[in-house]
Amino acid sequence: MTTLFFTEHAKGQLNDQSLKAISGAKKFGDELHVLIAGSDIDDAVAQASKIEGVSKVIHLDNSEFDNILAEKLTTAIFDISADYNFFAAAATTTGKNVMPRLAAKLDVSQISEIIGVESPDTFIRTIYAGNAIATVQSSDAKKVLTIRPTAFQMSLLGDTACEITKVSSENIPKLSEFVSEELTKSDRPELTSAKTIISGGRGMQNGENFELLDKVAAKLNAAVGASRAAVDAGFVPNDYQVGQTGKVVAPELYIAVGISGAIQHLAGMKDSKIIVAINKDEEAPIFDVADYGLVADLFQVLPELEEAL
Amino acid sequence: MKILVPVKRVIDPYVNIRVKSDQTGVETDNVKMSMNPFCEIAVEEAIRLKEAGKAEEIIAISIGNQQCQETIRTALAMGADRGIHVLTDNILEPLALAKILAKIYEEEKPGLVVMGKQAIDGDNNQTGQMFAALTNLSQGTFASKIDIEGEQAIVTREVDGGLQTIKISMPAVITTDLRLNEPRYASLPNIMKAKKKTIDQKAPEDFGVDVSPRLKILKVVEPPKRQAGIKVESVSELVEKLKNEAGVI
Repeated sequence: MTTLFFTEHAKGQLNDQSLKAISGAKKFGDELHVLIAGSDIDDAVAQASKIEGVSKVIHLDNSEFDNILAEKLTTAIFDISADYNFFAAAATTTGKNVMPRLAAKLDVSQISEIIGVESPDTFIRTIYAGNAIATVQSSDAKKVLTIRPTAFQMSLLGDTACEITKVSSENIPKLSEFVSEELTKSDRPELTSAKTIISGGRGMQNGENFELLDKVAAKLNAAVGASRAAVDAGFVPNDYQVGQTGKVVAPELYIAVGISGAIQHLAGMKDSKIIVAINKDEEAPIFDVADYGLVADLFQVLPELEEAL
Repeated sequence: MKILVPVKRVIDPYVNIRVKSDQTGVETDNVKMSMNPFCEIAVEEAIRLKEAGKAEEIIAISIGNQQCQETIRTALAMGADRGIHVLTDNILEPLALAKILAKIYEEEKPGLVVMGKQAIDGDNNQTGQMFAALTNLSQGTFASKIDIEGEQAIVTREVDGGLQTIKISMPAVITTDLRLNEPRYASLPNIMKAKKKTIDQKAPEDFGVDVSPRLKILKVVEPPKRQAGIKVESVSELVEKLKNEAGVI
């Protein structure tokens, strides 16, 4: 029973989301191989070979994979699929884009965003925006899964490197090509890996007011997030969004400012260790999940908080 | 160009979800149902492409029970031209849906398929990608902007950390994300007109594909409840608690 886990990387570093998800993949079978793709990525490949519990790294060494496109990557994985029983990746936008395409090629029903592994054929996942938790058993011979990173601990890198095999893929389809990428520039940590997050909701009133959050975030070395309401209102870009349709986060400290606490937002942050809610409406449902609630006007609280930290 | 738009009927996003006491699933009897919000965005995008002169016909497809006809009617009232309803009382997995859609694709030969990135019931986020694999089409998932330029589509995608732009060859499958557009409401005259539009009824058996389930739901339970904590009176009290009690700053 061998698992093939696709790991993401950028700028010579393995992706934290992948390193967390891989801890879930260790529970499937008895052997775990890691697939990494791209050219001139020796540093990331070396790191992958040191992930604890990994017995082999397969490096798709080809510039076609410098930007991951589902049509190309699934063709390459399909070519080596005979050797594997499980195929997994983190439930990132890349994992979500690639894995279902692979599953269909293998004629397998994918199990998306698992948060737990009961046995090699039985998995736990959330449905209905986290309002229900399903235990699902798969009868497919091969299994394809995406893994929610926040449900698992980060895998550590050891001292010894495992075997590395280079594979050069052939017949890569030309259906799609990468044009450009525009990553949101920020001095703050990434939402999904930050230890502290401060998020704003519709109560922020406009995009300029998010600067008040930025100032507090700077003091706490926190990432800045937002509710879907704030994104829909155009205050901030969609990649700020925390919630079922945005990012699912579980930091040590989550500060919700001017967020009422819609179900869809709670689904994205309720596994945070400590939740603080700041809202002037004391009836707001966010207070039902908050460890510390402060009923007050955020426009007074935020400058005070910045001062106090 | 023809555009296919698969749409799904789901529990209305503003309804509170209740887990059945026998742990077999979520209560759907006497619960308000709606078109999946991401599917509404897909219908809207197809209509905008038609209004821009880039498409001639929009076909809305739904696979599910008799009431899915209403969901198709909603799409027709928004501006789709005709519907295909694949009637089944079974809840099909994304792979089975993709197989049926692939057969419809072969029959209809559309230039574009636009669909929601995920349904808000199962939260699977699979059907579009699977359908693209089975038809060997290119895929532009989680789209926030679509430009059709002849034989190619330029798609801006919502990815972790920002936006990615890709160029994909047509015909293509595009799945919609939230910021792509704001769906219109159907006007009363259009709702009346939609009643006269055709909906072809089919059954999964008509397509000769294997739609048997691969997954078994062993149980569905409510998530653990988080207890409400305490209210603090001031910022200084909050900071003190976070430092000394919670130890997180």
